[in-house]
Amino acid sequence: MVQQTERPAARPAPPLTRRLRWRPRSTLARHGLAVLLALVAVVVVVETTSPFRNSQLATMSYYAIAAAGLTVLTGLNGQISLGHGALMAVGAYTTGLLLGPDGEGAPPLPLVMLAAAAVTALVGAVVGAAAARLHGPYLAGATLALAVAVPGLAIYFDHPLGGEQGLRIASPDVPDWFDAAIWFLFAHETPGAKYLAYLGWGTLLLVLLLLANLMAGRVGRVWRAVRDDEVAAELAGIRLGRVRVLAFVVSAACAGLAGAVLGVVVRLAAPSGFTIVLSLGLLTAVVVGGLGSLTGALLGSALLVFLPPAVTNLGIGAGLDGTQAAQLAPFVYGVVLVLVMLLAPSGAVGVLKTVWGRRRRSPR
Amino acid sequence: MQQFLNVTLTGIGQGAVYAAFALALVLIWRSTRIVNFAQGAMGMFTTYLALTLIEAGQSYWVGLVVALSSGLVLGAAVERLVIRRVEGGPELNAVIVTLGLFVALQALAAILFGSTFRSFPAPFDLRGFTVGGVNIALTPNSIYVIGAVLVVMLALVALFRFTDLGLKMRAAAFNQEVSRLLGVPVGRMLTLGWALAAVVGSLAGLLIAGGNLVFPAYMDAVIVYGFVAAVLGGLDSPGGAVVGGLTIGLLLSYVSGYLGSELVALAALAILVAVLLVRPQGLFARTAARRV
Repeated sequence: MVQQTERPAARPAPPLTRRLRWRPRSTLARHGLAVLLALVAVVVVVETTSPFRNSQLATMSYYAIAAAGLTVLTGLNGQISLGHGALMAVGAYTTGLLLGPDGEGAPPLPLVMLAAAAVTALVGAVVGAAAARLHGPYLAGATLALAVAVPGLAIYFDHPLGGEQGLRIASPDVPDWFDAAIWFLFAHETPGAKYLAYLGWGTLLLVLLLLANLMAGRVGRVWRAVRDDEVAAELAGIRLGRVRVLAFVVSAACAGLAGAVLGVVVRLAAPSGFTIVLSLGLLTAVVVGGLGSLTGALLGSALLVFLPPAVTNLGIGAGLDGTQAAQLAPFVYGVVLVLVMLLAPSGAVGVLKTVWGRRRRSPR
Repeated sequence: MQQFLNVTLTGIGQGAVYAAFALALVLIWRSTRIVNFAQGAMGMFTTYLALTLIEAGQSYWVGLVVALSSGLVLGAAVERLVIRRVEGGPELNAVIVTLGLFVALQALAAILFGSTFRSFPAPFDLRGFTVGGVNIALTPNSIYVIGAVLVVMLALVALFRFTDLGLKMRAAAFNQEVSRLLGVPVGRMLTLGWALAAVVGSLAGLLIAGGNLVFPAYMDAVIVYGFVAAVLGGLDSPGGAVVGGLTIGLLLSYVSGYLGSELVALAALAILVAVLLVRPQGLFARTAARRV
């Protein structure tokens, strides 16, 4: 991967690349540095914004975790999933069962979140084993069936899972050490909304770090190989089935973690929260951001969180009533999804890269 | 015993609708190798048009004609304006485009017609016939549903078997290059194929709505059941779609009647996975192998 940055000596390298030379050589260090910078940015943003923005940021974090997992699956491995909403439900319900409605005697939160990810990864392994044999429309149909079927399961087993009303989930207390650290830095206490935003974004950055390393290494290369040419990959000794199931498991673990964050942020796991709209929203996020790009997944999930209020306000301004205006956001998602596929299938990140590349190549 | 009979009769009625919906999916799959996930939303949209007319005082039959003809126009427009540009491209792009249409149409319906539950009138009586003093679950309306689906199927068979147009459409679906060389206007045939499929899909939407509640998401589950039915039948064979639709209708009716209605979607998923793993070419596909 290092050779990528080397340019032919015949042409003088533009000054920009020279300025970026100081970047660490190792991929892990580079990603770690990016995550550290992002962490600082997150702290600044969370500390300077209102509680409402904080809760929006917390919402964005769980969309982004799930979208990052989905973009790895769809963009890197070429498997589409319309069932990630259902996988998030698995994570959220696991969290709800472990934490309970009042949080008494519950295991520590990181452990609960790991358990949610593990349970969902297990479900993902089962789904992935079936999905590994399918492609394109068949896989889309099968995962769509999953997205429609799972909420019914929660209603059917209404004793532990709470039926239509869903499962109330205790909101975690702000740990003392965290409160103390924030007090030390900014001299104020940490309200719940801020803590949840930190929790979500901390998890998100960790997931992004892990996924970015996975994508840059051997595993990512093998995933891309399977996506681009099955036959060639198989001839090169790659076991298609295993690779596909692994991609699904990793992606499902992300979805489960996202579900866990959703559970503690929303404090509820209910069937109505995991409809097909959630799954299709995640798909919109990764497609609009740019399939296969973690930055794209972040951009896309920002769209999922910050677009609806803006569009709804526009709709109310144009004379629609509240329920109608609330539907404008999904309408825009759908239209954008179609337009992106027709006009710029590589998504926002792809377009930015093209523009960037053109600017760099054009003579000054 | 009586419950078994009733569950079976209900299943056949529902199966007829799933068969129609699966048929619409198969028609599009055969011509363009695309699964139209927007089919349900398109049918829902035209059903709302019919409902608007019926609530304005028109008869059911006016609504039916309007729904089917607007389905024709919608199908043709969708193919010509949107699908044409992703045909033959990466299959994932086509899937995502139809999903985008699905989301957009559903939201548009909620904006235009509201997202509340509204009841859709049935053209015939919803009370069951009485046989030997026992009321059974066969209603005049369900006979109408089955009859309507049968008529559409026979009409499609006649179109594809006995007319020049049907032959051209089959040719365009079978091999685009060769048909184009022989003078078949392939593009127009594909548009027509989508239009016809949308008509069948609209009919399915209307038949499901009859005597039930209508809301923008009411076709969501039907997309899944129709897809399962189409895959069971082979996704390539219209006859298979019909048999698949009836089978799925019956099986899901038994699940709903004996196990609980919440498990219907799960049962559909189980059937789908079982079919794809055990007999991926479906029950009625003519090709020996198929890449799923």
